[in-house]
Amino acid sequence: MSGRPRLSAGDLLRVGGSGLRARPARMVLSALGIAIGIAAMVAVVGISASSRASLQEQLGRLGTNLLSLAPGNSLFGGEAVLPPNAGPKLRRVAGVHQVASVGALKDLSVYRSDKIPKGESGGITAYTTDLVLLTTLKADLAAGAWLNAATARYPTVVLGSTTARRLGITRPGPHVQVLIGDVHHTVTGVLAPIALAPELDAAAFVGIGNARTRLRFDGHPTTAYVRADEQRLAQIRELLAPTLNPENPNEVKVLRPSDALTAKQAADQAFTGLLLGLGAVALLVGGVGVANTMIISVLERRGEIGLRRALGATRGQIRSQFLVEAIVLSALGGVAGAALGCMVTAGYALSQGWQTALPLPAIAAGVAATVAMGVIAGLWPAVRAARLAPTQALSIT
Amino acid sequence: MTAPVAQLERVSRLYPGGVHALHKVSLTIERGDLVAIAGPSGSGKSTLLNLLGTLDAPSSGIVRIDGQDVSTLSDNQTAALRARAIGFVFQQFHLAPGASALDNVADGLLYSGVRLCERRRRAAEALEQVGLADRALHRPHELSGGQKQRVAIARAVVGEPVLLLADEPTGALDSASGALVVQLLRDLNAAGSTVAVITHDRDLAASLPRRIHVRDGRLDTEVPA
Repeated sequence: MSGRPRLSAGDLLRVGGSGLRARPARMVLSALGIAIGIAAMVAVVGISASSRASLQEQLGRLGTNLLSLAPGNSLFGGEAVLPPNAGPKLRRVAGVHQVASVGALKDLSVYRSDKIPKGESGGITAYTTDLVLLTTLKADLAAGAWLNAATARYPTVVLGSTTARRLGITRPGPHVQVLIGDVHHTVTGVLAPIALAPELDAAAFVGIGNARTRLRFDGHPTTAYVRADEQRLAQIRELLAPTLNPENPNEVKVLRPSDALTAKQAADQAFTGLLLGLGAVALLVGGVGVANTMIISVLERRGEIGLRRALGATRGQIRSQFLVEAIVLSALGGVAGAALGCMVTAGYALSQGWQTALPLPAIAAGVAATVAMGVIAGLWPAVRAARLAPTQALSIT
Repeated sequence: MTAPVAQLERVSRLYPGGVHALHKVSLTIERGDLVAIAGPSGSGKSTLLNLLGTLDAPSSGIVRIDGQDVSTLSDNQTAALRARAIGFVFQQFHLAPGASALDNVADGLLYSGVRLCERRRRAAEALEQVGLADRALHRPHELSGGQKQRVAIARAVVGEPVLLLADEPTGALDSASGALVVQLLRDLNAAGSTVAVITHDRDLAASLPRRIHVRDGRLDTEVPA
């Protein structure tokens, strides 16, 4: 007897696909289970990757070399303050490029008009500010102009984004005025949200000269923002507190605002892990669906199995046929799911204004996982189909 | 002289549970035979068909197909023997519902190691042989019962088997279609094929040149041609 002819790869695919083509609705439904699992996993990984990419891009734009200094509590529980000459002192530290300080005017409230009852401050705080604050924080104006050397001496004010929203002001102008304490100030500008210092979004900024003459500013800054040499940031960070308060350096808190953004990202990561687990469960359920479909298929197609055996198919060829069918079914679901996941990622990234980062290794791994799942789901039904004796398979008519 | 197409020597088939389906049966089918294997249901003729078709193995005795002792073959070798030497026609046709008549016939060569384009070419020839060349692209549900059975016959003969086994080929057909199918089997025989028809239809059996009657697992009479 000559060597047994083998089915070519093309024939194997044709034979494996024929069973699926015969029952398209069932194929679509079983593939759907796999598709949903893969789509969920790809979308979760993709959205998380897009979010990470956009944070990297944001941090790259804002820089991670910003430090903020605020007075901590004094040894005796009282509230410490920064010295009035904090700015010049910090500027003398080697490696510091830029310093901006703000001083909260805690006793003053900000109102839209004098018709508002006193005490309803709306959570808005007035701050004195250096003119370099805007460039130091890399903050952007939403409308109008930032303070300059001239306007800083007159009753003018620039509003943070939250402040402007609370007061109902969208654009500045010569006739747009707010009340700080009991002094009318003209609104010259409105800021966009400040990513590195969100606490300043609810601020109203006035110049130092103006604050000294009209708002009884005592000259003590409450927070200083420092841009320093990125390479030596750790050493510089150690130096800043002793520079401001040599006797009690622990009364000055030094923070790195970009850390807060990164920490938020890390919290998101934990959530991503959870969602990924849910996607994996969906995929598993999809795999069970494929196994179920294959078992039913083998039961229904005993006649076909018998016929193929009569036509000369070996047990191995019957096994291959059903295995290929399960793999094709599962892989179809995998490819459709990966495409769906990519679309969800792109759509979500677009809606968030992020750039879309498609996790190609994760997509490839997902599709490979569906193929593996097809093998696992199809193996037992395929072995059962191959074990069927030809007479047994043909006996049902 | 070439070996007989099929040869059974004192073949018995005992099913689990003690049912003696065949009892020491010996018969020979020569090249060019057109033979009816007839008998009432339960007589053992289906068991005989399974043994002739190598779908089943005897409990004792020797089955030779085309000179080859089947008991010496592995499962894969038996499958290869079926692919090469035996063509089956079933009462229920067993056509793939989603595939055209041409592809159904071409599947008759699927396990013989013939390339797809060659399979299709020979399938077209076989369809022409059974008079259905104009139905090549129709699906089974677009064909009548008689046409389906002729497609199934084309599938059985496309590989040019030494033995064509037809199991109740007219059982699911009306008499006109059945007569056409029987005529087709006669034509194939006239063209050189060896054909064995398993049937419980006495008239059909009586119309064929050679008859083997099976009763209670034994051969009743054998009428030489």
